[in-house]
Amino acid sequence: MIEICHLSKKFGKLEVLNDVSLNCAPGQCIALIGPNGCGKTTLIKSILGMVIPTAGTIFFKDKNISRDFHYRHMIGYMPQKGRYPDNMTIGQVIEMIKDIRGNEEKLDEQLIEDFGLNEILDKRMRTLSGGTTQKVSASLAFLFNPEVLILDEPTAGLDPLAAEILKEKIIAENKKGRLIFITSHLLSELDDLVTHVVLMQEGEIKFHMPTSTLKDQTKTTSLAKAITYVLKNDHVQ
Amino acid sequence: MFNKIQRFIVADILKNRIVLAYTLLLAVLSWSVFSLEDDSHKGILTLLNIVLLTTPLVSIIFTTIYLYNSAEFIELLLSQPIRRRKIWNGLFFGLFFSLALAFFIGAGIPIVLFVPVQTALILVIMGTLITAVFVALGFLCAILSRDKARGIGVAILLWLFFSLLFDGLVLFLLFQFSDYPIEKAMVGVSALNPIDLARIFIILQLDVSAMLGYTGAIFKDFFGTVAGTGIGFALLCMWIIVPYLASLRMFVRKDL
Repeated sequence: MIEICHLSKKFGKLEVLNDVSLNCAPGQCIALIGPNGCGKTTLIKSILGMVIPTAGTIFFKDKNISRDFHYRHMIGYMPQKGRYPDNMTIGQVIEMIKDIRGNEEKLDEQLIEDFGLNEILDKRMRTLSGGTTQKVSASLAFLFNPEVLILDEPTAGLDPLAAEILKEKIIAENKKGRLIFITSHLLSELDDLVTHVVLMQEGEIKFHMPTSTLKDQTKTTSLAKAITYVLKNDHVQ
Repeated sequence: MFNKIQRFIVADILKNRIVLAYTLLLAVLSWSVFSLEDDSHKGILTLLNIVLLTTPLVSIIFTTIYLYNSAEFIELLLSQPIRRRKIWNGLFFGLFFSLALAFFIGAGIPIVLFVPVQTALILVIMGTLITAVFVALGFLCAILSRDKARGIGVAILLWLFFSLLFDGLVLFLLFQFSDYPIEKAMVGVSALNPIDLARIFIILQLDVSAMLGYTGAIFKDFFGTVAGTGIGFALLCMWIIVPYLASLRMFVRKDL
């Protein structure tokens, strides 16, 4: 569904992505992990068209995404730190994005309800706490039933209850055959969510494999242990 | 009239306290100038100087700060299926429309009430054009540097340059070359400063250009004609279009 071919990105002299190739199919829930500054966010932003690659191409459903924007109708993105116009209320922000997307298909307002955003629709964005802003971001990402979901640190800043609601939603969407990208540093949290793991280091993809294979190869039971094992021994194929 | 993005940005800015304060400031200044001064010509001159100082300042600084503060919002829009060009255009028209509206409500209404129609028209048009010029320059400042402090610094410097330093330089040149016939060259030099262009247009309306001496006569000869007026307007429009298109070009290629 998403095919990344020999993608490179340089910021000045700094090489953030170095010849990255990745092929993602629907139904995969991919954990994108790696140390800080390894290029995770740059990779995500390249898929979203926010970062323009130095070399390489990205295909979305076999169509080159450069200079295109229609494909973003099929993507829901939850940024690491969402910020919205200060003076707008939650309701207005949701209305605005609905208006911009203009999808007439049925909307998925489950998260808006589950997070209790319906009761605070007239609160201004300026007055919201970090966690509540995250809830708005999450609700917006899922609102349009997108085929691809890109979640950058989705549970950071959410209270345990909200994080649980979000996780259940992610699992449910994944079961519907959606392709989901998650970046997170909380490996334990990813364990019951993801089906595949992509490990990035210094702008390169170390491996992309199903979690079960990774656990088998490292003879471990949890994702956290498996990754620690890989980082220490560095010999997974 | 507006597309969706423009509508939302206008709604957001119109509720902004700085824009409200700006409207109020212009209103208080204009009403008091016209109420205290019986001769509307003198009132216009006073107002002209106030407007040509505050409008560029508020337009360029507010635009730059607003763009920096909307960085994440722009990111959110970018992740939606919208063309980049459309986002930037939406921001420009949103900011321009709101600030121009603030100018019109604050200064435009008293001007229309107290000043003869033709002069009032020129004053309002010039105020609007100057707003657009400095909004466009604000866009350029905001896109040139990732660093907020530096961007706002550049914006303040640009305003300082066009409002004060430029005139100082011109005066310096006038004194240095006073033995030569440089009056015609002055017309060309004035085109390099949008504020001066606007000032000349308005002063020529007031029949006080005699105060400018021989240079004023040259200005009147040039800008007083239809062709001169056309060229002056075109130059002011260039001051809007060139900085804006440059910023648009950079925005389309920017990594966010």
